[in-house]
Parts: sequence; C-alpha cells; structure tokens
Amino acid sequence: MPLKFTQDGFLAPGIYFEQGDFACAEGAISAGLRFFAGYPITPASEIAEWLAYRLPMRGGVFIQMEDEIASVASLIGASWAGAKVMTATSGPGFSLMQENIGLGYMTETPMVIVDVQRAGPSTGQATKPAQGDIMQMRWGTHGDYASIVVAPNSVQEMFDLTIYAFNLAEEYRMPVIIAADEIVGHLRERLEIPPHDEIKIVNRKKPKSFDEPIFGCESDCCVPPMPAVGEGFNVLVTGSTHNEYGYRKTTDEEVHRKLVQRLINKVEKNKKKIIAYDYNWPEHASVGVISFGSISRSAYTAAKIAKDEFNKNVAHLRLKTIWPFPDELVVEMAELVDYIFVPELNLGKLVREVKKAVEGRAKVLSISRLSGIVTPQDILSNLKRVW
Amino acid sequence: MSTYHYSRRYLREKALPTPFCPGCGNGIVINAFLKAVSELGYTDLKDFVFVSGIGCGAWIISPHFNADTIHVTHGRAIPVATGVKLMRPDLNVVVISGDGDLINIGGNHLIHAARRNIGLKVILVNNMTFGMTGGQASAGTLHGLKTTTTPYGNIEHPFDISQLMIAAGASYVARWTTYHMLPLANSIKRALTTDGFAFVEVISQCPTALGRRINLSDGIKMLTWFKEISVPISKAKKMSKSELANKIIVGEFVKQEREPFERQYLNIITKAKKVITS
Repeated sequence: MPLKFTQDGFLAPGIYFEQGDFACAEGAISAGLRFFAGYPITPASEIAEWLAYRLPMRGGVFIQMEDEIASVASLIGASWAGAKVMTATSGPGFSLMQENIGLGYMTETPMVIVDVQRAGPSTGQATKPAQGDIMQMRWGTHGDYASIVVAPNSVQEMFDLTIYAFNLAEEYRMPVIIAADEIVGHLRERLEIPPHDEIKIVNRKKPKSFDEPIFGCESDCCVPPMPAVGEGFNVLVTGSTHNEYGYRKTTDEEVHRKLVQRLINKVEKNKKKIIAYDYNWPEHASVGVISFGSISRSAYTAAKIAKDEFNKNVAHLRLKTIWPFPDELVVEMAELVDYIFVPELNLGKLVREVKKAVEGRAKVLSISRLSGIVTPQDILSNLKRVW
Repeated sequence: MSTYHYSRRYLREKALPTPFCPGCGNGIVINAFLKAVSELGYTDLKDFVFVSGIGCGAWIISPHFNADTIHVTHGRAIPVATGVKLMRPDLNVVVISGDGDLINIGGNHLIHAARRNIGLKVILVNNMTFGMTGGQASAGTLHGLKTTTTPYGNIEHPFDISQLMIAAGASYVARWTTYHMLPLANSIKRALTTDGFAFVEVISQCPTALGRRINLSDGIKMLTWFKEISVPISKAKKMSKSELANKIIVGEFVKQEREPFERQYLNIITKAKKVITS
C-alpha cells in the first residue's frame, strides 16, 4: 500500500509492507513523539532518516546531533520542556549514551532509547544482528537503579512495543529502552496501522499546584508528577542526589537511600503491570524454551515442528519485556518442566538470569550463537537431546 | 527597600548563602548577569531556563537562580539546553558553566552549537582550572602555570575559545574578566538580546584552587592580575603576537546576525506539512 497520511500527520490506517526501523519511527509518532535527536549508525539510521522526513509533518523537531552523547542529553532538555522524546542507535552509540541515560533515571525524565543491536564489542560487525547488549540495557550506567526494556520480535511489534515503551516512560517517568536488533530493524513484513483513536496513549501526570514536590512523596514507590519548564514551576532539576523538592543533598545518606530506593521500587512494585509476555504451556511438556527478540521466531518454529513432526509438547515463554526480569513466570515454568533452554544471539546472558530465578528447580541450558542467527534447527537439535 | 539588593528578587532565598569560597569570582558573575537582566526590564526569571553541567561554575545557577534550572552531567549542558530551546524557542535558554565543563569535556558540543547558530546564550566562567576537584589544569589554563596536574608548569596552551566561537559561526562573542564588571554586564545584555548563538567568556578567579599555587592567594590579588594582563581589543590589534603572549584580550569581538536554527526549522515544518496536503 502506498504511504498515505491523515490530515493531522499520522500514517493512514491500513496494511503496509515495511521495515522494522520504519515501524518503530511510526510507532513513536503514534505515541506522541515531538522530539528526536540522533546520530547516524548502522543498523538504526533508517529510524532517524524517516523521522527527519516525518516528524516535522506533525510539528515536531528532528535534529542530527554531533554524537550520541549529545543526542541522549538533548532528550533530557526536550523532555523537561514537555515533549515526548526518542533517540535510536546501536552498540557503539549505546555505550556512549550510558552516562546520560543514568541522568534520565536520576532526574526521572521520560525518554525512549532504541538500541538496534549489532555484533560487538567495539565496531564489531555493523550489519550483523546480535542480542549482546541486554545486560548493558539493565546495568549500563553506574550506580543502583531499575530499568525497563522491551524486546520486539517483528515489524508489527516494532510499532506496537514502541508505543508501549512510550507509555511506560510516561507512566513511570523514566528512560525506557527498546531492545531491537538488526533482524527486526531491517526485516520487511506486514505492518498493520490501526486508526489513531484506537491506540492507547499514556501522558505524564502534571502537578496540581506549584508547591507539590516533583521528586518524591510519602509513598516509597510513587511516581511524582512532572511539570515542564516555562510553566512557572521554577523546577530545580539535578543529577546529584536531591530531596523531593530537587535541592541537592550531596552528603545526606538518608536522602540518597530514599531517592534511589524509590527509583527501584517504582519499577519493582509495579512489575506485574509492566511485564509483557507471550506463552504456550501445553500439558505434559518436559522441555521449555525461554526466548526474546528476533530469535524467539526460531523458538516458535522449533516448538511447532516439535509438535507437528515429533508429537512433543514444548513449553514456550517469550519475553516482550526483558527487564524487569519476570522471575515468577520463570519459576512457574521451572516447576512444570525438567529442562529449560534459552536461545540467544550472544554467548549466554539471559540464561544466567534464568538460572538465578530457577534456583535448581530445572536444568537450564544455553543455546547460544555469536553471529548469524539461532535457527529453529539449532533449537530442535538441542531439544532432541533431552526429550 | 534600599537595603534590599536588586539581585535578590532573582535568587532562591532558601538556597542562600552560596557555598562558594571567599574571593571566588562566581559572585561577580551572578551580580553581572542579574544586573543585565534587571536593566533589560525583567522583574523575574520566568522567561528563562538555565542549564549547567558540573563544576563550581555550574553551581551559579543551581540552586541559586529562582527560575527553571537544570543541572546535568559533566560537559553536557549545551545539548540539554539545545533540547529545551528547540521545544521552547520562546524562552531565553541560558547556559552558565565553567571552562572544564564547557571547553574541556564539552568542547565538541560548544562548537557545534555555535555552528548551528542555535539561539542559546552561553556564559563561560573561565577560571583556568578545575576548581571543584582541587585545581587541576584545564583547557583554559595559561602556558607555564603551576597546577596540581602541572606541578612543573603547564606545557599546553589554552584555547582562545572566543576566537574559536567566532570561527564556528557564533552570532555574538565577547570576553571580559571579573575585573570588568560593568562592561561584562553590558555584554551579557547584548548577548541576551541577540538572536542566535551568543557567547560571553568571563575570565574569573579561583584563589583557592589556582591562585594560591601561583602566588595570588586571594581574590583581590587575582583581580589585580587580571587588570594587569588584560588588553582591550582595540589596543591588541596594534600589538604583535609575542607582545600578546599570556595576555587576555577583552572586548566585544563580533555581533553578526544569522538566521538561528530554531527559526529555520519553522520553514521545515511548513514544507513538511505541505507533503500531507499534496
């Protein structure tokens, strides 16, 4: 279907055959994106290119910054000016962004960061997919904090989960990371754009009065309201430890504890609402698979072949959000099966998190590849070893 | 109200007194800036957003200015301010920060902001050292000076950052020292009324971290030194390069209006909206 836009600048509802990076950009626009800053990098550049063309149609601003540090830093300013904001990058750029993603957590600034993962470390292989950044998405900046990471596995989810990422960023007032990869970024397939008024959109809470604290409240897991600059609030924003009114408190241990604990609690105590997944737990399954991102497509196929050709039931849990980690779901699976396989496009990262949750209830085995893809056959041959 | 200093209406009373050392130049910068604001007729700072990075210079605005203040990571005040300005071009977005912050770690952002001619107003408080961390050499430290990381004397030369700003395309560039309080306030006024990227460099004193290591252990001695080594731009034009070595050239260097980034972007939006209707 040729591209058509509605009068107010949204992509017209309908069925398209498009690329994942395109779908991510359009998802952001549907979610209310007003500001995008980025720096060219394979395999994420198409997101920036498409938004340079599309965002001004909605009256929003696109800017190509001098590097990824500036890109993510400018999101902080634009978000405090009231805008929904996003940047997109890949491994090397994502590494550069870490300090200011931390500033985002500390200043409780809604922002979305897309990491279209490629093979690393360092320059690695720019055009090859990987899932090697998932621990950096959780622990990339220094200090203690909680993070939220969504992991799309299709062009459709590059659209849907981008909207979800924006909604989570607004709801919990924090950076949210999209763990895409070269496969879902460059893949072209069916994309259905719903009518705009059918899309669920969340907007940040605004303070009701000028003296309401904007960095804390009585509850230890609250998400405080967020004003914008230029509205008369005289906001006092700092990346240093601060009290609920924003005043810097660089030596008070209690203020620090309270602030950091709340940053973690607002995710941990709302885990059930945040975590998204897809699962199929047939009866009499002795083997399970936990997958995420593009590699989950191989896991779905492997489970189907196991059933269709070998009449074996495979329990499959596919994580649409990888952080916060769904320990309870993993434990549930571990109580059902004897073996859990974790296919991933790295040398074994999520598998350790699964082992931590399982605590010996089942055997947890890694199916890992460093380049190319984990194929359904790779997964099947492992399943066959134990069923 | 005669005992009530004109600057106090712009300050967060709760945040006073400032934590700056005796003899620090930050107070003079605050005074000059608020004098400029007052003379321009602003009765409060509600039309301003201030952004700063890390260091003593970055604490000038945060928490002291009774305005929207955003205190960010080391070196990144300019890109954060860029984000604010692009979303709220109607506001005066001002960066006040130090030499370590703006020209060492943040130098790349500074030259790109000038090149883009984005309508930020940048006040560089150049005290030639990393004061907060104990007096290390910066990209503003003069050749030969002893600091904690140049115990045998600095073998690097400082950036002539104002010249760099001119070359990068800034719309307004001026440099003064804290000795030149009144011309400094006047230049800040001109910067605030310039469209596009405006840059004012203030050479400021840090007797605590730098001065005491170069036999200038209090504020007065450092101000006297600034007076001695400053050369007005008109006079500097007639002097040779060797005569100007380790001198500070002061004055207004450039005022050249160019269409700012954010105004040009409005044309982009108009063009893009035409795509929808075509």
